[in-house]
Amino acid sequence: MGNDIFVLVEHTAGAVDDSTHELLGKAAELAGESGGRTVACLLHAGAADATSGLAADAVLSVEHPALEHFLPEAYVKAMASLLAEHEPRLTLVANTTVGMDVAAGLSARAAVPLVAYCTAVAFEGDAVVATSQVFGGKLNAEVVVDGAAICSVVAGSFAPASGGSPEVTEASVSGLDDLTTTFLRRVEPEVSDVDITAEEILISVGRGIGGEENIELAQELADALGGVVSASRPVTDGGWLPKTRQVGKSGRKVKPKLYIACGISGAPEHLEGMGDAELIIAINTDENAPIFDVAHFGTTEDLFDVLPALTEQVESAVG
Amino acid sequence: MDIVVPMQQTVDLVEELELNDAGTDVEREYLKFVANEWDEQALEEALLFKEATGGTVTVVGIDETDVDGTLYSALAKGADRAVKLSGDFEEGVSSHRRAAILAAWLGDQSYDLVLVGVQSPEDLDGQTGVILANLLDVAHVSVAIGVEPHDGGVKVSQEFGGGVVHELALSGRAVVGIQAARQAPRYVSISRVRAAMQEGGLNETAAPDVDAETGTTVRRLYAPESTSHAEMLEGDADAVAARIMEIVRERGLVKGGS
Amino acid sequence: MSPVLFSLALVIAAATFAAIMAPRVRLLLGAGPAPRFDQLGERLRRTAVYAFGQKKFLTGEQPAGLMHAFIFWGFMILGLTVVTLFARGYSEHFYLPLLGPGDLLGGPYTLLRDLIQVTVVVAVSYALYRRLIAHTPRLFGYRPAEERLHGEAHWEGILILFLILGIMLGSLLHEGARLVEFAGEASVEKERGWEPISNLFSHLIPAGNAATIAEVGFWMHNLIVLAFLNLLPLSKHFHIITAIPNVFFGSLRPRGALSKTDPGDPDAFTWKQVLDMYSCTECGRCSAACPATASGTDLAPRQLILDLRDVVLGRTERTEDGKIVSDDVLWACTTCMACVEACPVGIEHVPTIVQGRRKLVDQGAMEPMLQDTLQNFAQQGNSYGKSSRMRARWTKGLDFKIPDARKEPVKYLWFVGDFASFDERSQEASRRIARILHGAGVSFGMLYEGERNAGNDVRRIGEEGLFELLVEHNMAAFAGAEFKAIFTTDPHSLNTLKNEYGDFGEMKPVYHYTELLVELIEDGTIRLPEPVGSRVTYHDPCYLARYNRITDAPRRLLEAVGAQLVEMPRHGTNTFCCGAGGGRIWMDDSKLVERPSEMRVKEAAALGELDYFVVTCPKDLAMYSDAAATVGVDFEVIEVTALVERAMGAAEPGELVAGAT
Repeated sequence: MGNDIFVLVEHTAGAVDDSTHELLGKAAELAGESGGRTVACLLHAGAADATSGLAADAVLSVEHPALEHFLPEAYVKAMASLLAEHEPRLTLVANTTVGMDVAAGLSARAAVPLVAYCTAVAFEGDAVVATSQVFGGKLNAEVVVDGAAICSVVAGSFAPASGGSPEVTEASVSGLDDLTTTFLRRVEPEVSDVDITAEEILISVGRGIGGEENIELAQELADALGGVVSASRPVTDGGWLPKTRQVGKSGRKVKPKLYIACGISGAPEHLEGMGDAELIIAINTDENAPIFDVAHFGTTEDLFDVLPALTEQVESAVG
Repeated sequence: MDIVVPMQQTVDLVEELELNDAGTDVEREYLKFVANEWDEQALEEALLFKEATGGTVTVVGIDETDVDGTLYSALAKGADRAVKLSGDFEEGVSSHRRAAILAAWLGDQSYDLVLVGVQSPEDLDGQTGVILANLLDVAHVSVAIGVEPHDGGVKVSQEFGGGVVHELALSGRAVVGIQAARQAPRYVSISRVRAAMQEGGLNETAAPDVDAETGTTVRRLYAPESTSHAEMLEGDADAVAARIMEIVRERGLVKGGS
Repeated sequence: MSPVLFSLALVIAAATFAAIMAPRVRLLLGAGPAPRFDQLGERLRRTAVYAFGQKKFLTGEQPAGLMHAFIFWGFMILGLTVVTLFARGYSEHFYLPLLGPGDLLGGPYTLLRDLIQVTVVVAVSYALYRRLIAHTPRLFGYRPAEERLHGEAHWEGILILFLILGIMLGSLLHEGARLVEFAGEASVEKERGWEPISNLFSHLIPAGNAATIAEVGFWMHNLIVLAFLNLLPLSKHFHIITAIPNVFFGSLRPRGALSKTDPGDPDAFTWKQVLDMYSCTECGRCSAACPATASGTDLAPRQLILDLRDVVLGRTERTEDGKIVSDDVLWACTTCMACVEACPVGIEHVPTIVQGRRKLVDQGAMEPMLQDTLQNFAQQGNSYGKSSRMRARWTKGLDFKIPDARKEPVKYLWFVGDFASFDERSQEASRRIARILHGAGVSFGMLYEGERNAGNDVRRIGEEGLFELLVEHNMAAFAGAEFKAIFTTDPHSLNTLKNEYGDFGEMKPVYHYTELLVELIEDGTIRLPEPVGSRVTYHDPCYLARYNRITDAPRRLLEAVGAQLVEMPRHGTNTFCCGAGGGRIWMDDSKLVERPSEMRVKEAAALGELDYFVVTCPKDLAMYSDAAATVGVDFEVIEVTALVERAMGAAEPGELVAGAT
């Protein structure tokens, strides 16, 4: 086992994802302790430029036509190959769609223990100790791995680092020529009239809204306040609002001045997308809903009562 | 296509999660278990796939608390076959072990596709589906929001942050981790579940012996201390609305009026 | 009179009638089974009271009710006249045995017939006035739910009324003319004294034409009767034939008991349901009373029965997916039973609606919120989706511990119910009830986390399997506890525990907490030294008042606390639903034109200067608190024990609440 900290670079055609910079920030800190290097693993096809500005000591660049787009199979095989060859002490992967496919696959293929959903990672002697968010965010697990480990990290857990001029090494890996996965196309989210990331006021609805027909209640408040309606996953999954209105891990990250969460319990995936809002007001009848841990103000009154009452007050104030 | 859907029992998050004496796991003996909600999504997607194109759906569960109910409910919803892998699993099953058991069992099954929930509330050593795919050495896709037939194989829609979707074609066997089915999981009436129970039809077979280590040890499990909690607004809906109004106005987010 | 011609008319009419009736009878015989041949004595009693006694007409809306009663009784008497006049086709001086001019009963019968004919003419004229001039809304259909009925031509009712007039007129002409034609004959002269109206009529008849006019009257009466007979099965007046049997075969189970044996498949109606459809005379009393109709949903009980009837009779087709009415129609019902209560011919709308819902539930066709709620019931045993362990959390504010009936014997088992356990407003009430009973030294306990929702509303949503699951769980919990009787906070729980659980095993008596309290007050255990003196109105919960006839205990309670009770127009068994029943509380109500609870609050507001709107049902407390806030009224919605505790001299209700949290 070496002392290096590997970080999987997540990128779209060379544009590096924020989560990678966060991982590199932590990796640098840990590398300082372990006396190893931070090594960014870039899997790509003609996107070598992505290495510039990465805050890593070194880059392992794997270039292959199969790596033009994210193919889970290809990424796992390539990373497994790198791990087998270099034996890093720790491999950090973001807990994103890419990370979900890679981290567990790598753990199985390279036989390296994985701690998923990490919010903290540290060394204790030869061991890696990671904090994992489990049971829907209701419990934290402090997990020990003796020896090499892989950690998949929840976005926003670490401060990002950038600016560096890593030494780039071309690496070749095997197993990428006979894949059974083919990339067909990339579908961009529907262009909509509303960009929720640009709005200052969001009235956000969750499962508690009950049904499509009740979204009108939130819309009326949004109209009165001059904001728009956004939603958590169950609402867009139900087709009650377009996907483009979804806030959270698989939706948009928003940072409005006012975020009113109506009937949203606050699953970690949702909190990831709105935790930075300047003012969060949560309306939820379940007093134990995690949303109240991030909200500034909250009420357990029924949203079906509060929303109309609030709309009325705003309307009469605005005149 | 013949689809296998592994169903996992997880702790009902509605319950207060009590810890065992060592503080390293939840107190499994006293907790209530329900089907992993992502597995329910996978089942729905599998049933939709079958209804559109034919084939079969087999659900398979490890003998965890109340798994029978989950499997019978799947039969009542339209699954063709339900398999219970019996054994002693009361201490909980890691994803690595679960995947190894499933891989060993699938070894002598005929199937084309495995649809499984993309994650579960307790898979801290990784997502079962991905591990399973790599043990079987077949392709996998996580965070899928749709599976359709395509050129003899399947086309999977994989969802990324910001609503971007990749469409991937899979030829040959594969494991797909379902984030959400195309439509909400169907309701199955209790009468139907009970009818399925009366009919029996649960194939019970001993879970294969496997050797699977996660390499991870939980040292401590604890409730995260919330660093802050919302200031709760008191009173009835009107009073609450009035307070919210005040708060928003203080920040200049509403114009007009006193 | 020509016996040949009349025989011919009689035979033609009878043959046509048989041809028309045959398919209808076949439908009845081919329909599904319904066990309605038990307790013949009770059935006869009900038939006497509700059919022959016209009870619902006499106690219902007036003067339409009296109008119908007189027409009905007229028809009873005139049935004898019809026989007489038919027989006169063969024998000019036919009289029924014992009813002839010289017989003991002949005089009174003749007088009654003579007077009732005129009464019927008056009543029918009033009916025509309602149809032609006043345009009484009830007769024409309530929109939007009865749009179809509203759009139909209404000549049928008018035609029938004119036919009745024709029958009366024919008979009067015949009898009047006979008085002239056979003047002087002993029997006819005897008759004359008992026939003041016909006698009056006879003065208008010229002696020379009397025989002809008597014959015209004879033919007019008899031919119209025969035509009328044939029109009946084709029209809503089929009820003249089917209503009495429909009353006779009415359900004798408690009002609040649905049947396990109801067929789960709504495509297969029972013969009683078919008889219901035949018997609907489109009077609209059901729709007039229905909260779903009033709040602008697609459901009107009358239109529902007519839609079912038209499909059963093949007049209209099912939709492509085999439906008779839209899902919305079935889901709109609050199961308040106002329709069944109002129906004069004994139609059982609510079980039919629940039967339709069972099919929808089986297909999983329901709105997401309802689906989530059912899942909560299945997994957690309550509608809130909260852990069972949280069920007794409301007791935390009490300074004593309520015994666990599973661990120590108690006299009363308190079946608290979901709302009273989990809804914040009702939790206050639950703590009050606990304090009062504890203070009174009553031995009572609870099942704590062993209690599950009783399943009343689950069953009415149509989730029969889930209902049975809940019943089994609660029955097992009862078996593990020792108690003499149950009392409930929730009238819905009370209903199913009292009327339906018995089908699943041995049950102890079940009371509502108001019954228990009033007993404790009246036997002096609870003293009320400080009468509250407030002016209040009381809302009867459907499941307490209409379903279980408990209207007296809450009123005695109000009297005992010294409140001045002012009744709303709709009270007692005639109460108006809050809109929450039958699972409606877990469905979307945003599309209602006006919520039933808001209409109700306005009904109370119209009484003027009320202090309190008193409720005795946890769902009512939630529904009416919301409605009162929305409507903006100057009275307060209050649960009855708040007044009891105040009359006990405990404190102001507000302080009690504060002290309890």
